Amino acid sequence: MSADQTQLAFDWNCRILSDNGCGFPAPGLHSFLFKPLFTVGGYEFNKVMLLALVTTLLIIGFFWVAFGQAKVVPGKLQMVGEAGYDFVRRNIVYETLGKREGEKYVPLMVSLFFFIWIMNVWSVIPLAQFPVSSVIAFPMVLAGLVWVLWVSVTFKRHGFVGGLKNITGYDKSLGAVLPLVMVIEFLSNLFVRPFTHAVRLFANMFAGHLMLVMFTVASWYLMNSYMIPAAGVSFVMTIVMILFELFVQAVQAYVFVLLACSYLQGALAEHH
Amino acid sequence: MIANLAALAAEEEQNPLIPAGPELLVGAIAFAIVFFVFATKLLPRINKTLEERREAIEGGIEKAEAAQTEAQSVLEQYKAQLAEARHEAARLRQEATEQGTALIQEMRAEGQRQREEIIAAGHAQIEADRKAAAHALRQDVGKLATDLAGKLVGESLEDHARQSRTIDRFLEGLEDASKAEATR
Repeated sequence: MSADQTQLAFDWNCRILSDNGCGFPAPGLHSFLFKPLFTVGGYEFNKVMLLALVTTLLIIGFFWVAFGQAKVVPGKLQMVGEAGYDFVRRNIVYETLGKREGEKYVPLMVSLFFFIWIMNVWSVIPLAQFPVSSVIAFPMVLAGLVWVLWVSVTFKRHGFVGGLKNITGYDKSLGAVLPLVMVIEFLSNLFVRPFTHAVRLFANMFAGHLMLVMFTVASWYLMNSYMIPAAGVSFVMTIVMILFELFVQAVQAYVFVLLACSYLQGALAEHH
Repeated sequence: MIANLAALAAEEEQNPLIPAGPELLVGAIAFAIVFFVFATKLLPRINKTLEERREAIEGGIEKAEAAQTEAQSVLEQYKAQLAEARHEAARLRQEATEQGTALIQEMRAEGQRQREEIIAAGHAQIEADRKAAAHALRQDVGKLATDLAGKLVGESLEDHARQSRTIDRFLEGLEDASKAEATR
């Protein structure tokens, strides 16, 4: 594994108060770059991609065992799977889109939720210790998918002119400011929205990973002479941040899916 | 090592918001697989199971409702029967009471009748005895009186006619005396 070579890439002998002249090996952008594990036809395959594929395997593996031989009277694993499935279905999709309209988007939203959540959870899994969603490509693919879906649903539902009206927030009662509103809405919905959708997830996981790496590295760096208590504080903060990150990971997956549903709801609505 | 990575970062423009092509592709594939398996295989299966469960539960509820309705009707029948039985019992008791009263009445009447009969018979007997006694007494007293008178007077009062007259006169005198005594 390349874990040690990258995110924990610092001089092991570098400690505070040591006189070899090195400073604190602060985490930075380099913490998000990985040496390729191997290359396929000139393209590099790195740890993040591997984790993304393992995510797929894990999710399918779990739900295959849980739902593969689904029974009317569920076993423990099936019950856990059903609870997760039901949470996304009822608390996110039905809440925003309603049962009638939302039913056909349930598989997409359930897939999105679990895929994002597990990508996030890698952040605190030993050896992996890297949230896949802190690499912009992954949130971007998913946000792009949601964008394509809601834009096409908008035009399919309302036709071309109706779809444009929907996206631009056309409302006659606005009078003179209508053109301005239409321009702003058009830009905000079509261009800013997918960007913030992806970046919200990316930035949360990016920042969380930075914090975790910083406290982890500091715990080691400070472990010298009279600074050892500070190392203890840093270690406790590492534990606290891990717990906090566990919370943030789930919340961000929830928010991403909730926003996806809310965009769809806007696309399906009669009036913007 | 840091220098190496920093160089690597510098090489790749250092902008974390620019996605790398291969990563986009891998992300898309990874998600597509999850979505495909969920949409075509796992979710339909679990939905079917959930539907079956819902039906099983609703079937159970229906059965329970049917059983409850039956129990209710049986209870009502039972109550009706109970009420009828109570009514019948009350009727029988009433009848028995009436019959008993009639019986007592009848027996009392019979007793009364028998008592009166006995009393009447007693009275008749007493009357008959008194008459017989009076008759016997009249004869005996008459004989005694004539015997006594004959002895006193010295003459025989054998003559029947005379004898009777004398006796009657004597008895009348006795009756008068007793009447006078009674009125006084």
